[in-house]
Amino acid sequence: MSKSYYDPADLRKFGKITEWSEELGNKFFDYYGKVFEEGALTAREKSLIALAVAHTEHCPYCIDAYTKDGLQRGITKEEMMEAVHVGAAIKSGATLVMGVQMMNKVNKLEM
Amino acid sequence: MKKSLLARNNDLANTQRQIEILSNGIFKYELPTFANKIKETNQFPLHPNKLEILQLNLGYMCNQVCAHCHVDAGPDRKEIMTLETMNQCLEVIKKTGAHTLDLTGGAPEMNPNFRWFVEEASKVGVKDFIVRSNLTIIRANKKYYDLPEFFKKHNVHIVSSMPHWTRGKTDKQRGDGVFDKSIKALQMLNDVGYGMKDSSLTLDLVYNPSGAFLPGDQQALENDFKKALKEEFNIDFNKLFAITNLPISRFLDYLIASDNYEDYMFALVEAYNPLAVKNVMCTNTISVSWDGFLYDCDFNQMLNLKVNSTIKHISEYNEELLQNRDISINQHCYGCTAGAGSSCQGVVA
Repeated sequence: MSKSYYDPADLRKFGKITEWSEELGNKFFDYYGKVFEEGALTAREKSLIALAVAHTEHCPYCIDAYTKDGLQRGITKEEMMEAVHVGAAIKSGATLVMGVQMMNKVNKLEM
Repeated sequence: MKKSLLARNNDLANTQRQIEILSNGIFKYELPTFANKIKETNQFPLHPNKLEILQLNLGYMCNQVCAHCHVDAGPDRKEIMTLETMNQCLEVIKKTGAHTLDLTGGAPEMNPNFRWFVEEASKVGVKDFIVRSNLTIIRANKKYYDLPEFFKKHNVHIVSSMPHWTRGKTDKQRGDGVFDKSIKALQMLNDVGYGMKDSSLTLDLVYNPSGAFLPGDQQALENDFKKALKEEFNIDFNKLFAITNLPISRFLDYLIASDNYEDYMFALVEAYNPLAVKNVMCTNTISVSWDGFLYDCDFNQMLNLKVNSTIKHISEYNEELLQNRDISINQHCYGCTAGAGSSCQGVVA
């Protein structure tokens, strides 16, 4: 048993989740594959969205996977970093917009 | 400028050492052998199909020292095909059933008899006559400035490496200043008609990933390259070939030094595509080294894995006998069967 919670090599075992629940696992991977196909958005655009979400979700496996995916697609590091900033901006905005609730509460409670 | 592995006395300049690393692995998880993998689909042993491409390596000398080079080419490499071997090759070109002649290196233009050989070979009338030009050679010295005109005169098909449409990525892989010189060379090739719409002069680009990752979709990359090179530099070209870096020579050295070797090998195995096996380039190519020996492919040449045949050298060439051989394979072959497959002509599946 690994002494670390995160082993990068575990990403290679992701497909094994189907072994303990084949139907649900397969449905997930079918859906996952379909989502990332070219559609109204290009596969390249979807890769950058996935990279941004990987960061906001703090998923180290997803960050590894979509950094590599971006490189394979010829996406530049500047484009990748801008995508991460989009995620960071939404995260910080989501925190700060709660400040309005704090302000509302203060305004209600204070004389 | 960096030196070749050979000039640095690097362990990996020894092909036997490379094969040991490839065969035995140097990591904790077990990698299935390529032989067993192709046995799953009854494709072992691998046999040639019809010969289509005769690929000649005119020498390992090059004006560049690219970080990923599987040839370990560079200015310090002195291996050059002699006139005698070239004449032996010409005799074979006259009688081969192959429709494509493919000259590579190093920088093939640096062979002192390059122009004579191109003139002689073009007289034979092969259907597709390829020269793999690294582009910067066209700008390396005044004596090479007229190469685009020379290529045009002999209706040579140019295939050139370009790892990215940005300066940073290109120079990191191929050396400082390579991007700017390559752009200039591409514009010179366009000026004489190469890669232009309605022109019969073909200019294809080769994309190799600039790191420990596999190439993405060839068509999508071609679209991105075309858009960027046209918008930024008004450059046109025909096709883009996406080629996977094989884990040998300098790229193997890089993979090991950067602690990417294990992940890269598993990425190749995970992307293994049995459909790519039947069209893999060793099934339709004979590779000839600067000293006239015969190999299943350019990569086997660099690993010194000669053909499994009684015929080993261009001087004793016999196409019929060569067609009856088993192709030499090892773990590096996963590089040609990953995803859509990979060959000197791009994807194969």
